Amino acid sequence: MRVAVSWLKDWVQIDEPADALAQRLTMAGLEVEEVLSAAPAFSGVIVGHVLETERHPDADRLTVCKVDTGAGVESVVCGAPNVRTGLKVAVAQPGARLPGGTKIRATRLRGVDSNGMICSGKELGLSDDHDGIIELPDDAPLAADLRDYLDLDDMLIEVALTPNRGDCFSMIGVARELAVALNQRLPLLATTEVPASHASEYTVRLPEPTGCPRFVSRIIRGINVASESPVWLQERLRRVGLRSIHPVVDVTNYVMMETGQPLHSYDLGKLQGELEVRFGASGESLTLLDGREVTLADDVLVIADGSGPVALAGVMGGSSTAVDDNTADVLLEVAWFDPAVIAGRARRYGLHTDASMRFERGVDPEGQVKVMQRATELLLEITGGEPGPLVNTEMPEQLPQRPAVVLRHERLERLLGTAVPEEQVTATLEALGMQVGRQGRDYRVVPPGFRFDIQIEADLIEEIARIIGYDNIPSMPGAGAATVAVVTETVVPETEVADVLVARGYREVINYAFIDAAADEVFALSDQPIALANPISADLAAMRRSLWPGLLATARDNLARQQVRLRLFELGNRFETTADGIREHGILAGFACGPRWPEHWDLDAQLTDLFDIKADIEAVLALTGRASDVVFQAAERDGMSPGRTARIFIADTAVGWLAAVHPAVLSAWDLEDGAIVFELELEKALSARVPRYTGVSKYPSVRRDLAVLVDAALPVGDLVAEVRLAGGGLLRDVVIFDLYRGSSIDSSRKSIALGLILQDTSRTLIDADADTALAEIVSHLESKLGATIRK
Amino acid sequence: MAVEAAADLPSLDEVRVRYLGKKGRLTAELKTLGKLPAADRPAAGQAINQAKQALASAVEARQQQLEVAHQDAAVAAKQVDVTLPGRGIALGSHHPVTRTARRIRQLFTQAGFEVHTGPEVEDEYHNFTALNIPEHHPARAMHDTFYLQSGELLRTHTSPVQIRSLSSQGAPIRLIAPGRVYRCDSDQTHTPMFHQVEGLAVDRDISFANLKGLLYDFLGRFFEREVSLRFRPSYFPFTEPSAEVDVLSESGRWLEILGCGMVHPVMLRNCGVDPEEYTGYAFGIGIERLAMLRYGVDDLRMFFDNDVRFLAQFA
Repeated sequence: MRVAVSWLKDWVQIDEPADALAQRLTMAGLEVEEVLSAAPAFSGVIVGHVLETERHPDADRLTVCKVDTGAGVESVVCGAPNVRTGLKVAVAQPGARLPGGTKIRATRLRGVDSNGMICSGKELGLSDDHDGIIELPDDAPLAADLRDYLDLDDMLIEVALTPNRGDCFSMIGVARELAVALNQRLPLLATTEVPASHASEYTVRLPEPTGCPRFVSRIIRGINVASESPVWLQERLRRVGLRSIHPVVDVTNYVMMETGQPLHSYDLGKLQGELEVRFGASGESLTLLDGREVTLADDVLVIADGSGPVALAGVMGGSSTAVDDNTADVLLEVAWFDPAVIAGRARRYGLHTDASMRFERGVDPEGQVKVMQRATELLLEITGGEPGPLVNTEMPEQLPQRPAVVLRHERLERLLGTAVPEEQVTATLEALGMQVGRQGRDYRVVPPGFRFDIQIEADLIEEIARIIGYDNIPSMPGAGAATVAVVTETVVPETEVADVLVARGYREVINYAFIDAAADEVFALSDQPIALANPISADLAAMRRSLWPGLLATARDNLARQQVRLRLFELGNRFETTADGIREHGILAGFACGPRWPEHWDLDAQLTDLFDIKADIEAVLALTGRASDVVFQAAERDGMSPGRTARIFIADTAVGWLAAVHPAVLSAWDLEDGAIVFELELEKALSARVPRYTGVSKYPSVRRDLAVLVDAALPVGDLVAEVRLAGGGLLRDVVIFDLYRGSSIDSSRKSIALGLILQDTSRTLIDADADTALAEIVSHLESKLGATIRK
Repeated sequence: MAVEAAADLPSLDEVRVRYLGKKGRLTAELKTLGKLPAADRPAAGQAINQAKQALASAVEARQQQLEVAHQDAAVAAKQVDVTLPGRGIALGSHHPVTRTARRIRQLFTQAGFEVHTGPEVEDEYHNFTALNIPEHHPARAMHDTFYLQSGELLRTHTSPVQIRSLSSQGAPIRLIAPGRVYRCDSDQTHTPMFHQVEGLAVDRDISFANLKGLLYDFLGRFFEREVSLRFRPSYFPFTEPSAEVDVLSESGRWLEILGCGMVHPVMLRNCGVDPEEYTGYAFGIGIERLAMLRYGVDDLRMFFDNDVRFLAQFA
């Protein structure tokens, strides 16, 4: 919300620059976003008086004016349609500088002298209105500098209000905060009740008293249809961001800005029957002031007359009863609506009005009568008219009750962690307008009506802290319980996984958890997409069921940036719909493409293949201490290349995948064949075994090499498993040191060269032992796998 | 002589065999001793043995010389250009957000805080209601929540973890909850997903002064310099008093860095903790914000572009 420093001066004595005020407000909890000037810089513009006008002899659209500038009468040519004899205007004299730096010079326009320029609001940066020149009131002092006359050196302060401080949604609200900060008396709205000059009242009924327990109204008859809002009022409205519309509307807007209480005005002649504040009925609709038609619902509070709804309560009035240029009699409304029945309604209709913003946060439930008095005074001053009696229709028992809040001194000091003198507590609360009674060391506090946010003791503690200044509370590291952190060895921390991958050349990326719905389908294992109801854009519309689409997109973007060799990983959640709702699984996903090695003077430029990446996964899984339980099994999966896809197991638990993405899928991401991806489900993959020492043999090991011919389709993993089975306790390790398929052997067979490491823990093996073990293995392979030994 | 003339180990060995071998000249001389008169034998024997020893030590010395020369030559042959690049894989990199989150975790775990996590898909109760943000409260609108078609929402902060942990574990408690959060907002200074660390300490006699002390310590150690902080009154539904904290940048500007406050009694009660017995503080830190300040990143969106030329700067 924007406030004008000049307006604050109605209540507060201000002797310091706007930046200093801004600092005070910020430190009181009203965060200042910006301090700006009320008008851009210009000079040499004064109040002039148009004495005569005549059509320019050579230009129909131009008028030649004789303008009294106080120092003499000058000829000034003006192009505005609204220039006329007798008008007080803003004249930029020769030598004047306008916003943007334009300098005004005496000149001749089509043969006529023009010693200056009569200015529009737009030319002076005061409005966007380019329709005509500024019309100053008749009493504007001749020759006065316009900046002085309109107080344009005023400063504006833009405040970001937190939702709890609805009481500051007004000039007087901000003035109150400033008064407290400056140790001045709390501003009060000074009003008097105008005597009624007739007895007309409008009947108002409140059938929904919880939503609207008070509705103050007044009829004002016979306003001057030709009246206009004075310049000072228009200027104040302009400074806080409102346009002058109609004197009655301007007054209600002005009083709202001044007090924070929204008002509404009806053209009395357009109302029928009685008014009531009720909920809308289905099927009802209402055309609003802005011309939009809205369909009502039974939880939307409306003001209705005999003909039906005439206003959306607390949001916006209807067009059928709006005041216009012919309105002579008006009905003013100052009501209190419960925030709960207003909240969210404007938003539902795509509206965001000054009234709804205030009612949603809450307005002072005690302020309506005074605000009506204030509005009446101001309206009569501007438009004249005959006021009727102030009618307060209310259900007092339905208005918010304000019980006293008890503040315990001991609690205050305990929560803040500092001692606060009791006198300071009392003085602070009283400065904020609260009534303070003492009970021993404690305080019974009744907050003023406008501080409806003060509900509990903690609210009062915050007020004390805020006014003392948070910066004046000491900093004391807490004692803190001396506890020893839990550091388990049974789960591998994600940080270690990341460290291993980073050490192996991978870069960590972070992608959005929502992706394009079509991309999400590619690798999804379940057929239930998880769609956002309100996505920010179509390409971020589905919660990812796999991290791979994000990695493929990241790879594509980086290849487009001339990267050729990529190693990427991401740690994040994958989402899944289950019978129990949506489940999240922590996933490690990776992507690799390009050469096996970074380009190097002594390394081959071979392309990455599955086995490069398999080693990376094996390194990660080795962190669990269960490397010997890790099994890669040939598998199939949509989107992956058959024959280059593996399911990863630890013992019998499936923990992940390793695969070459299918070229058809890759092309959708503009990627070429050869990209390898992997994923591990963290909860399953990272469960770790605490190491258990089993002794180291003191005796030397023996190696026997063996080349076997087996069926070409037999996975080497199966062969090794059989070797281990047959090798018994002596077999320490198996190495595969060669793999051959080719012309020298049967094309349906392959040759595998195994190195068998044999060792005993209690003695040195002799050749006979090794030979026996080898023979057992050979005979097992022959019978189980139909293997033949290659000599 | 022949020993000195031997240019390499094989020719030296030849010399050795020629004079000292089984059929060598000196060995042959010894065999002739028996033919000498007995009185001459000791002197002749001694002379032959002396010659033999002299020769043997000369051979040995020459052998050592040659061996050293041979090794020197072998070493010289293996000389390389040490300025050529090393072989193998270069180090990858941690994402700067992870790097920052890890530092935050380290600092707080050393201060006795436990790391807690919770789901990213949340319900209204944990994300809002339990945090004292009732339906239609303007604070809900402040949050720009993403909803799923199935009715759940994406957490707008990691504060729901406070609720889950405090409800199940009770007081006293000291936790931090790092993680991804989501808000329906995207422009130069907002991304629809970002990272937060929420902190919570509930115990007997925890005060606002303790909160200030903790944050001064944390931020000073995070930035590794004396920091000037400004605590400004603010509003969060789940803390009272609430504050926003600004840090004075090296260029002399106040930069908003985190929100915090004393845990609201309603929130404590919602979690089954008696606010008369326990008090606490909570704080929420934007991880990207800290990373930007620490590493001089000036565009939030870089964190999610995943340009490896950016990522490589955070190895």
